Amino acid sequence: MMQFTDWDILRNLLFAARWTLLLSLFAFIGGGLVGLALTFIRSIKNPFLTKLVQIYVELFQGIPLLMQLFLTFFGLSLIGLDVDAWSAAILSLTLFSSAFLHDIWRSCIEALPKGQWEACRTLGLTHVQSMRHVIFPQAIKMAIAPTVGFSVQIVKGTALASIIGFVELTKAGTMLNNATFQPFKVFALVALLYFVICFPLSVLARYLENKNYVRR
Amino acid sequence: MSYNLDFYGLVPYLPQFVAGVGTTIQLTVISTVLGLILGTYCAAGRISKARWLNWICAVYIEVTRNTPFIIQLFFIFFGLPALGIKLSAWQAGMIAMVFNLGAYSAEIIRAGIEATAIGQWEAAKTLGLTHRQIFMHVILPPAYQRVYPALVSQCIIVMLGSAVVSQISVEELTFAANFVQSRSFLSFESYMLTALIYLFLAILMRQLFSLLKKFIFKSSAV
Repeated sequence: MMQFTDWDILRNLLFAARWTLLLSLFAFIGGGLVGLALTFIRSIKNPFLTKLVQIYVELFQGIPLLMQLFLTFFGLSLIGLDVDAWSAAILSLTLFSSAFLHDIWRSCIEALPKGQWEACRTLGLTHVQSMRHVIFPQAIKMAIAPTVGFSVQIVKGTALASIIGFVELTKAGTMLNNATFQPFKVFALVALLYFVICFPLSVLARYLENKNYVRR
Repeated sequence: MSYNLDFYGLVPYLPQFVAGVGTTIQLTVISTVLGLILGTYCAAGRISKARWLNWICAVYIEVTRNTPFIIQLFFIFFGLPALGIKLSAWQAGMIAMVFNLGAYSAEIIRAGIEATAIGQWEAAKTLGLTHRQIFMHVILPPAYQRVYPALVSQCIIVMLGSAVVSQISVEELTFAANFVQSRSFLSFESYMLTALIYLFLAILMRQLFSLLKKFIFKSSAV
């Protein structure tokens, strides 16, 4: 039997942590783009489109992420699309984070005084113009802190990709646990690595929140 | 490319789904009650003047909020027995859920407490109430009322998070879904049905909490 030193365990976990980071990054970018599109669609204030976006958000916030992963991983292969663990994880994490990011950004836009929209209309700006030059620059300031805060949820969400067989930090942890029979040490180290990734983001989010709060 | 959905194939497995929903509801109810109690104590600890208590609560909250739930679960279920603490899967799942909700709700409740005007403390002190009485009767009720929507959302997130405890073989809803799909090979159908049940449970929970709100907060103190 192969022996694992503590350094072997840590090194393997560090290698696997790359995939956690990469997956988080992809999910954040994907979720951000879809969330942005949803936010724009909703800002048009067409009742039908608004309802659609609301249903979308309700759906992806009300179904466990694990279930979304299973549905994309097992479900899409049934209709003939061959999905590997990597694409299934990215797809479901994108859908999941887009729903939450959209919700965050929508509330930032709605927090702006109504007069801003009215002023834009008075100036004869089109919807896109007022979004781009008036609403967006103001909303983005408010949105940064909660968005950074939510990125912690995405990093933690990637841990579930281990269940469909994607080898990231959590999966590496369970594999090392099976090989070394040292669950206490292995999972404590895994938790520590997640903490090292997430805690700076949490601190940054809190810092931005306070800064913004004081300024207003 | 064509695939015919066969939901009728799930009918023989309905008892499994019902049992799974039962366990999920049981886990949710117990962990909501215990988690909110733990969260309240931790929030009290975070605003206390005792340095060490404050510090312990802060470490617990930060560690829990910055690590994935599944790792907490694995640590409790696989890791603790190495220290001689033996737990069943159900107990481990429950403990993980309670600790998770405890940390998140502590931060939410603390935000509610800190929004309370300092004059409330001073007025209560003038009336000769003890520190404990002030906290229980003057500070907490309006704090809860202020952060009620956030607490409800957090409880729902914990209910949805309970899907993960299927990974240590607690026989809740997701476990039932996995079981049924491995027996019937109707994976898409069983996960679809399960997703709908979760959605229904989340909506139901929100409705119940908004009904409950009328009983808990009779006066509008905020």
